Amino acid sequence: MSATVSQAQAQTISPGCGMTAPEPSAVQVDASCRPLLLLFVSAAAWLLAASVIGLIASLKFHSPNILAGCPVLTYGRVRPAALDAFLYGFALQAGMGVLIWINCHLGRARLAVAPLLTAGWFFWNIGVTFGVLGIFAGDNTGYEWLEMPRYGSAPLFFGYAAIGIAALISFHFRSRRELYTSQWFLLAALFWFPWIYTTARALLTIWPVRGTMQSVVDWWYINNLTAVCFGFVGLGAAFYFVPKIVNRPLYSHYLGIFIFWTLALFGSWGFAPIAAPVPAWIPALSTLAALLTIVPMLAVAINVLHTLCGRDQSTKGNVTLSFVLFGAAAFVIAGLLNAVCSLANVSEITAFTWFDPARVQIFLFGFFAMTIFGAIYYIIPRLVPAGSLSPGLIRLHFWLGALGIILFAGPLLIGGLKQGSDLNNAGLPFLNVVQGTLGFLRASTTGELLILLGNAILVLNIVAMLVRVGRASATAAWAANSRKAEVAS
Amino acid sequence: MSRGPLLFLASFFALATSWLGFVLVPQLQIGGQQQVEIQETGQLYPSRRPGIAAQGAAVYRANGCFYCHTEQVRPMGFGSDVERGWGGRKSRVQSVAQDYLWDQPVMLGSQRVGPDLANIGLRQTNAVWLLAHLYDPQVTSKGSVMPPYRYLFRKVPLKVGETPSPDALPVDAGAPGLQVVPTDDAKALVAYLLSLRSDVILTNTPPWPPPTNSAPAASAAAAPTNSPAPVAPAK
Repeated sequence: MSATVSQAQAQTISPGCGMTAPEPSAVQVDASCRPLLLLFVSAAAWLLAASVIGLIASLKFHSPNILAGCPVLTYGRVRPAALDAFLYGFALQAGMGVLIWINCHLGRARLAVAPLLTAGWFFWNIGVTFGVLGIFAGDNTGYEWLEMPRYGSAPLFFGYAAIGIAALISFHFRSRRELYTSQWFLLAALFWFPWIYTTARALLTIWPVRGTMQSVVDWWYINNLTAVCFGFVGLGAAFYFVPKIVNRPLYSHYLGIFIFWTLALFGSWGFAPIAAPVPAWIPALSTLAALLTIVPMLAVAINVLHTLCGRDQSTKGNVTLSFVLFGAAAFVIAGLLNAVCSLANVSEITAFTWFDPARVQIFLFGFFAMTIFGAIYYIIPRLVPAGSLSPGLIRLHFWLGALGIILFAGPLLIGGLKQGSDLNNAGLPFLNVVQGTLGFLRASTTGELLILLGNAILVLNIVAMLVRVGRASATAAWAANSRKAEVAS
Repeated sequence: MSRGPLLFLASFFALATSWLGFVLVPQLQIGGQQQVEIQETGQLYPSRRPGIAAQGAAVYRANGCFYCHTEQVRPMGFGSDVERGWGGRKSRVQSVAQDYLWDQPVMLGSQRVGPDLANIGLRQTNAVWLLAHLYDPQVTSKGSVMPPYRYLFRKVPLKVGETPSPDALPVDAGAPGLQVVPTDDAKALVAYLLSLRSDVILTNTPPWPPPTNSAPAASAAAAPTNSPAPVAPAK
């Protein structure tokens, strides 16, 4: 099927080499990819855990005394635990699953060395579990987004290595040699994560660099993880699913390649706050790069919108398309907000306020998670042909997620602007500034609740399907057994 | 023709530019920073934190204080950090890389849910106030959103006729015959907070207002390098 997307836009690389085995059918590819279910199911479970833990953090703004007696549940531990459960438990794990599945399909390759993938899945989840528990226990490393202590990050790294090697071996033995636009993005993300993760961990916790150089490395990691790893996996998925579902070729392969190169060059330079205690050229360069990424952001919008133009009405109710398009819109919005915030005049107001977490959440949830949800809902029924997901629940999840992120980020964006201008009004006592943000924070909890509900529905839908399939196959086995018994007697 | 490896290398290089620019080059520039000698006093800056304050930094890290408090003061003319009294040195330039030389990890923070703490040791020198604030922020700052850190304190029964512990806090313990005593963690955390101060004038933080040739102004510029704050909590 992927061949119908467009042969013309395919970038041919080293044709002819490695063409040995006969090409597997899409159904055979899906059958071989079944171990990916492990990644999706545990990612969904982590997502739910992250939103429950995040809700606890949120409740602290309704009353600071909630669960205050317990050191494990203090705000400064709950918040990073929720973040890391989301980043490593859900986002990277589900992202890897989607990446491998798309790559196997575009290359018509069977998933190779499934035991390696399973071992990787096991170590990755052990790592996330230890890491999150470590944060609760007070072993936070002190570096944002890299909070997990070493006993969590080490299994995590080996888990990634195993999954990554399985992904590369599958890619190597693909039967279709041409590379599609989305594969450029996916492969770059696959290679880029181990590089940034080992570099950042090595320079922060193994052979620590001095002084604020640590913060620079941390910002570099955060920005690369978002822009390159999450950004590229999300875009790779969008550039695969949108053409696939509307059954039209991607509007422009070359625009896709242009987006790839510009984001690779400029996308990973951001995040250094203006006037931070580091050499002044670092934030200045960050600003320049953030402004340059406006061009690829708009190119993403053009490429997606033009691919959609003239699609037939049959795709109207396709829920994966809804998720992916919502994600693409959030990607462009988050990118533009990022560019605007990098300007000194704006940053003077928005820096250190709730505006920043809201912007980051639009990217992480609005763009990445929503795109991945769309992908998961597309992939899982193909991995388990016997099962079926409830379309009503999927629709409900879409609306809960979409409304949730709007109700979460909206109040925080506005509240952040108010907080920032209040902070810069030195005549206003600090406690009044804090009190002024509370209404917005409490309003955003509504959004968080909707997101939590949506995530619970995702887990429920998948688990219910697996239980039904399991029960059906158990019944079938029992029936077969009793028939055998009848024959014997 | 095989363009695969070439493309791979090119994409790797494109991605690696940010590594070169934001990891390698800054490391070459500030990674080798050393202590500097302050002209007026001959002391080396920054000095290492005393042991108890270093332990306190670990408590600060473990409890994630840096998710709500920054430790970086923006310069005059950018925001109103100095006008809010968060500044340390009498200079237009406030926090600089030199201030964080020994910190491991450096916890600059990214949000100001609470006030900046880069110079809390200069503006709040009362250890008892800080302890009471940690025990119950509502006692010291009514309306604060900071959670109480009661788990850093113990409630010790006071027997009849016994003198209260010298560490006991002047707060309501909730029942008669009880006193609130800080744990070692609480004392260490307060020692760390008291050690947070960056008031030394360095070559890249020229004094402001600029010193004139008259003697009072010159002494004002040198004034920030006064004796270090007591690091152990008083009482």
